[in-house]
Amino acid sequence: MIAIINYGIGNLFSVQNMLKKAGEENVLITNDKEVISIADKLILPGVGHFDFGMKKLYDSNLIGVIEDKVIQQRVPILGICLGAQLFTKRSDEGNSTGLGWIDAETVRFDKNLLSSDCKIPHMGWNFVKSHKENPLFENMYNNPRFYFVHSYHFKMNDSYSIWLSAYYGYEFCAAFQRDNIFACQFHPEKSHKFGLRLMQNFVNL
Amino acid sequence: MQLNYRKRIIPVLLLHQGGLVKSKMFKNYTYVGDPINAVRIFNDKEVDEIIILDIDASKNHQAPNYSMISDLTGEAFMPLAYGGGISTLKQSEKLFYSGVEKVILNTVLQSNNGFILLSDISKRYGSQSVIASIDVKDSLFCKKKLYSHHNRKSITISILDYAKKCENAGAGEIFLNSVSRDGLYKGYDLELLHQVSDAVSIPVIICGGARTKQDFVEAENKGASAMAAGSMFVFKRPHNAVLISYDV
Repeated sequence: MIAIINYGIGNLFSVQNMLKKAGEENVLITNDKEVISIADKLILPGVGHFDFGMKKLYDSNLIGVIEDKVIQQRVPILGICLGAQLFTKRSDEGNSTGLGWIDAETVRFDKNLLSSDCKIPHMGWNFVKSHKENPLFENMYNNPRFYFVHSYHFKMNDSYSIWLSAYYGYEFCAAFQRDNIFACQFHPEKSHKFGLRLMQNFVNL
Repeated sequence: MQLNYRKRIIPVLLLHQGGLVKSKMFKNYTYVGDPINAVRIFNDKEVDEIIILDIDASKNHQAPNYSMISDLTGEAFMPLAYGGGISTLKQSEKLFYSGVEKVILNTVLQSNNGFILLSDISKRYGSQSVIASIDVKDSLFCKKKLYSHHNRKSITISILDYAKKCENAGAGEIFLNSVSRDGLYKGYDLELLHQVSDAVSIPVIICGGARTKQDFVEAENKGASAMAAGSMFVFKRPHNAVLISYDV
């Protein structure tokens, strides 16, 4: 069973819809600790402000059970957009401390490096470049592209974890992975066959 | 790595009396087909994004038709924006839970509390989740006026000021639609696009008049962040037979 963690932020229906298309019937959108504790895999979605996301996660009292699953039991987790940014140590967007599972930060797009037609947020489809083998990219279609909506991006101190990069004014880290922790800045649930293949691979992990 | 960022090209679908239609100058509706089927076809064609507008809802003071919208989002594995009949925060929340990525506000922005609603949605769900739609109609001497679909009236107001007001209130994007070019294959209103995209720093989606791929290129050069089209993607010219395509 895959648990989509419902901490009151983000478009959960789309993630569930894509997982079903990817062949996983057993998907629960939940904020129940018991359910999360028996899940085989977790997804942490989320859209919005970093501090608001961390606050909602604290208020939901789920951090304990999630960290037990991810850090102790090493259950696969996929973070999407803000959900993925929460895996980092901090963000330029706010003052809250992130989950800090990875030696990385979340930083604002550097406007000085963007040309004038690169508006913020970076919104739309973009190609990605792979930096290492990854089970979620197995049998990926050629020239994979994904849908992005974000004003902040990962800044990796741990360069070994960089999985995908994209180019918007400059090259930035679009996804990272370490062991059982997968994090995508883009929205696989809204990225046609490319996102479907990624989600199928997550289902089959 | 080369610069390979691509700008979005977005089909716009109009819901009218449970079916899909295409208009000319916001009138003269031609039936195009079943909405769910159309979304499924556009999904198969891997469109960048899709915009669904219920053109009856605000006019008839109806709330969005959530069950139909859920049916549409269930077929859409790309971002879907919805507009029509949204007048409260609760309604936008229900739309997000129905799988809509972005809500589009138009008629409500001409009411007293419209900009407060825009701010509220933006604060609660992020600016990327709300699009301000601006319909512009040419009048005598090429003066451009804000058009109210709801009242079928033009409003004398500075389009640029209105666009800035939308940005300041928290809109993540502007959907700029030319009533006078709608369905007529006259090309986009590039002058207006240029002015608006210069006036605001948020992305502008241009709509109204697209006929060829060249129109997309020209719109990009005039500052559009995304190019939307209706007729071009649902009709085959010259006789306007219904044929859904996405040749971009």
